[in-house]
Amino acid sequence: MRRRTALLSMVLLILLTGAPQLRAEPLIADLSNHLIAITTGFNGADVLLFGATDGPGDIVAVVRGPTGRAIVRRQGRLFGIWVNRESMDFDEVPNFYAVAASRPLDELLSPEMAQRYRVGMLNLGIRPADQADETIDGAMLNALIHVKLGERLYRPKPDKISFLGAQLFRVDFHFPANVPTGSYLIEVLLVRNGKVVSAQTTPLIVSKIGIGADIFEFAHRHAFAYGVVAIVSALLAGWIAHLAFRRS
Amino acid sequence: MQIYLPIAELSVNLFLLLGIGGGVGFLSGLFGVGGGFLMTPLLIFIGVPPAVAVATQANQVVASSVSGVLAHWSRGNVDFKMGLVLLAGGILGSTVGVGLFSLLSHFGQVDLVIRLFYVFFLGFIGVLMFAESSRSIWRRRRRAAAPKKLHEHTWVHGLPFKMRFRKSRLYISALLPGAIGFFIGILSAIMGVGGAFILVPAMIYLLGMPTLVVIGTSLFQIIFVAANVTFLQSVQNQTVDFVLALALTAGGVIGAQIGGRVGSKLHGEYLRILLAALILAVAGRLAYELVATPNELYSAVWLAPES
Repeated sequence: MRRRTALLSMVLLILLTGAPQLRAEPLIADLSNHLIAITTGFNGADVLLFGATDGPGDIVAVVRGPTGRAIVRRQGRLFGIWVNRESMDFDEVPNFYAVAASRPLDELLSPEMAQRYRVGMLNLGIRPADQADETIDGAMLNALIHVKLGERLYRPKPDKISFLGAQLFRVDFHFPANVPTGSYLIEVLLVRNGKVVSAQTTPLIVSKIGIGADIFEFAHRHAFAYGVVAIVSALLAGWIAHLAFRRS
Repeated sequence: MQIYLPIAELSVNLFLLLGIGGGVGFLSGLFGVGGGFLMTPLLIFIGVPPAVAVATQANQVVASSVSGVLAHWSRGNVDFKMGLVLLAGGILGSTVGVGLFSLLSHFGQVDLVIRLFYVFFLGFIGVLMFAESSRSIWRRRRRAAAPKKLHEHTWVHGLPFKMRFRKSRLYISALLPGAIGFFIGILSAIMGVGGAFILVPAMIYLLGMPTLVVIGTSLFQIIFVAANVTFLQSVQNQTVDFVLALALTAGGVIGAQIGGRVGSKLHGEYLRILLAALILAVAGRLAYELVATPNELYSAVWLAPES
């Protein structure tokens, strides 16, 4: 319902403000919601990306989560036992990555352009943490992406952006229940004839809200008291269970 | 029904957690083990980060042990005096063990050492218990009342600081249970578990305590060990998930009560052979994991940027 209202207001906005302004802004895009609130019953969320262009063209949208360091380990056999052998550190690893496009990516962007705008699984922007080590171990990087795909934090195929008419577009981005908290950036590209003619970036915050957030805060700020509360409540729970069972 | 775990940072089905807590709590009440060696792998399996799983299960163990101890206490099956002597040895031992642990981490491959420890001790104890309990079941089947030597005197009974443990029907040197507590304290600090699956057989076979009293006394001692772990993990690593612990506890305390009831109706030998089978199953799985080719040769950890 809210999404439909948002789209309707977009249409109205375009009709009312008219073409001249649109020519000045080849691309306008926004999210239905700039905050994903993780509450106690959180089970994933959908966020609608919608917008308008000033004429025909294709849209590519990239969602990047907070970046950090990842450690990848490879197991090997040692005296018949499997142990962790080699490891490799990577930097600039996005903790969440999703792409959406109105047509298959290889039809829209050349490999060079895709790399420049960091679009697609081959262009995540991940680099080895050890600056001296210029050669990326392909197997290690693949393993990292494989793990992220398994956690559903990377999407194997781009989502489909659909156009309503020639100028209005929309796509639903799904964020799974294990979505990491932090600041996300959503980059929207307008592509014409293999060239990016306009781009817009919009932020998205994923944050814990309510009791969950309070517990997290308490655990980190008052660790001592948290430990005591955890133990005392466990003692009480055991005692209550005993009383309940003795009566029955 | 999904519930969000604030420290583990993921949503899990509440009934799944209740079920896991209940199942492990049942075994805990039945055998007098904390159940950490079962709970931790189960939690990791459903996606809880290992550090959170290890710390949170300790919190749940506190609750199910209290519930179990009270169930056993009301039947007069807890030897508090013995429990305190074991605990005193255990506290000394775990202090030494923590030191050993940091020494091992300094050389790397702590995980491997822990796994090897597990397989070795679980396998050794499991085989011993299985052999003994099946032999005594066999004997009981053949003759209704097997003639049993009440008391055997060895060098152990010549040790000083003799103490009377009325509930256990023992008059032995306090050094013996103290040393057992000390040794298990070292093990539990290294292996990150309460160590009851070693303590229980040690009390049965080394001290000669009756099986039912062993279970209640072991649970009593575990309360303190698990509470200590919960506290240290909360303060040092902030990895105790309160919501997860609460959900597991709700299932666990009920399971422990039922386990305690079932346990008091079973014969000691049957309890021991069941525990031996469980220990052997866990040891077998761990041993298999060590030598089998893993499905996933690679593992990846993501670290948040320093803020």
